Amino acid sequence: MARKKIPAIKENEVTPLQLFNNSRSLISASRRQFLAQGAGLLLASGLMPTSGWAGNKITDYKRSSLSLNETPTPYEYVTTYNNFYEFGTSKGDPAVNAHLLKTKPWSVTIEGEVGKPGVYDLEDILKRQQLEERIYRLRCVEAWSMVVPWIGFSLADLIKQMEPTSKAKYVEFTTLYDPEQMPGQKRRTLKWPYTEGLRIDEAMNPLTLMATGLYGEEMPNQNGAPLRLIVPWKYGFKSIKSIVKIRLTEQMPKTSWNESARHEYGFYANVNPSVSHPRWSQSRERVIGAPLFTPKRDTEMFNGYGEQVAELYKGMNLRRFF
Amino acid sequence: MVRKKLSRIQWGVIKTAVFILCLLPFMAISWDAVNNLLGPDPIQTLHFRTGDWTLRFLLITLTMSPLQRLLKTPIPIRFRRMFGLFTFFYASTHMMVWLVLDQSLSLDNMLQDIPESPYIILGLTAYSLLIPLAITSTTGMMRRLGRRWTVLHRTVYLIAVFGVIHFFWLTKLDYQEPLIYSLILGVLLAFRWRILKAIFTPKSAISKT
Ligand code: HEM
Repeated sequence: MARKKIPAIKENEVTPLQLFNNSRSLISASRRQFLAQGAGLLLASGLMPTSGWAGNKITDYKRSSLSLNETPTPYEYVTTYNNFYEFGTSKGDPAVNAHLLKTKPWSVTIEGEVGKPGVYDLEDILKRQQLEERIYRLRCVEAWSMVVPWIGFSLADLIKQMEPTSKAKYVEFTTLYDPEQMPGQKRRTLKWPYTEGLRIDEAMNPLTLMATGLYGEEMPNQNGAPLRLIVPWKYGFKSIKSIVKIRLTEQMPKTSWNESARHEYGFYANVNPSVSHPRWSQSRERVIGAPLFTPKRDTEMFNGYGEQVAELYKGMNLRRFF
Repeated sequence: MVRKKLSRIQWGVIKTAVFILCLLPFMAISWDAVNNLLGPDPIQTLHFRTGDWTLRFLLITLTMSPLQRLLKTPIPIRFRRMFGLFTFFYASTHMMVWLVLDQSLSLDNMLQDIPESPYIILGLTAYSLLIPLAITSTTGMMRRLGRRWTVLHRTVYLIAVFGVIHFFWLTKLDYQEPLIYSLILGVLLAFRWRILKAIFTPKSAISKT
């Protein structure tokens, strides 16, 4: 099923990418965009190659009622403005370096408090999931936000299939560790490998997504291919990328940003305009892709997903459990 | 000393050339802004580029007097005021980006953001301290203030230290860049160790010796 509308991107918005991308990835990015728009037409006329290029289109997914009714941030920005320290600490680094990551084949270890632990081929996991497109807002702890049309499946479905035991109170996720494929890991910025975690009820919430693609195509490497988490009511760093391990535990797992600065990045990390980061206010956010003189957007409690998730934190002091 | 004395015209040409050179970063930034070339997060790009140039010009300004000593020529000092005023110029553009684009000139926004952001408070302090230096940068002021001018303009060391701390404080995890700037500042301050020692020695101790 195709999306209704791909926002038109003006030539002058695309050009700057040339400056910090190598030309090869620029060409392939614009080609992908072209293909994403024209794929249906080309398929119909039998002109489209079926393999041999990056950014394979995902064809079989439904639309989700959980989607925002908003125009997504342009593809070029979603795929060139990334925090993915495994590929470098500047926003442009991942788009330049992530081609080093090999995502096929990919396996995911599922272990801990589950009835069916094991090392699963991602392909086998995906065979049992119904893919959906979900347009979510992503709010970064650095006070910017974008709107992304993710494709993925509910984490809850996967967890249920793995038959969690009654001791499963938390879920811990781990990113691949391989400095050859992820050159940013050669520097000690964060403690590698990156880990993240959720409380089991947060993991089972219908909003929580395991994403395998965006904009109707397989996940670009710089966005966390081939499998990443999306927790739209939490700051972006909770949404761990390139996942190789999912572990259900009884204890609260250690998480990377929290380990690096405990007083700045909490385990919960719920988007909350009234609890500021120790070094900056979280009350407003820069909207990626907005024209220069656009005022910042007011940040919403739980990033606007309060209706679905506020219940999870009833009675908790969100200033303390930030 | 230079062997041949440069004529007034030659000096004029050289100064104009340096002036234009100092304006190039501003022109490049403006060009990108007008032509929509600032990337996905234009406001932050502007913060970064204007902030970087403020700090760079500050350090360039502080390099002039050590350079004079090392090369034994008064030429660098003749450019010090220009570099100092460019520091103020870039700091002002940096400040304008924050006032106009980041805060939309809203006092409410500022009152909400400033108390929650120590690095903004430090930046504002550094900028406020630059203003009297810019005002008193004329030859007339220099003459009028005499010895007090020298003392006043020593604030620039404090401003530079604040600028570097501002950079550290806003940085998330990757401290490579602010570290490089602080190393350079360290070297430049080392040239002033006598002055700094005098400043940090209590007055009573001085009067005793
Ligand atoms: C002498 C004064 C100042 C100096 C030397 C200075 C220097 C810098 C530097 C070097 C950066 C980082 C650039 C980078 O990451 O590449 C920066 C960023 C920034 N500065 Fe300043 N600054 C000064 C004053 C101010 C003032 C007065 C304000 C606002 C009131 C301010 C607000 C900011 C902001 C908002 C950022 C970007 C933070 C971010 O988005 O992460 N600065 N500044």
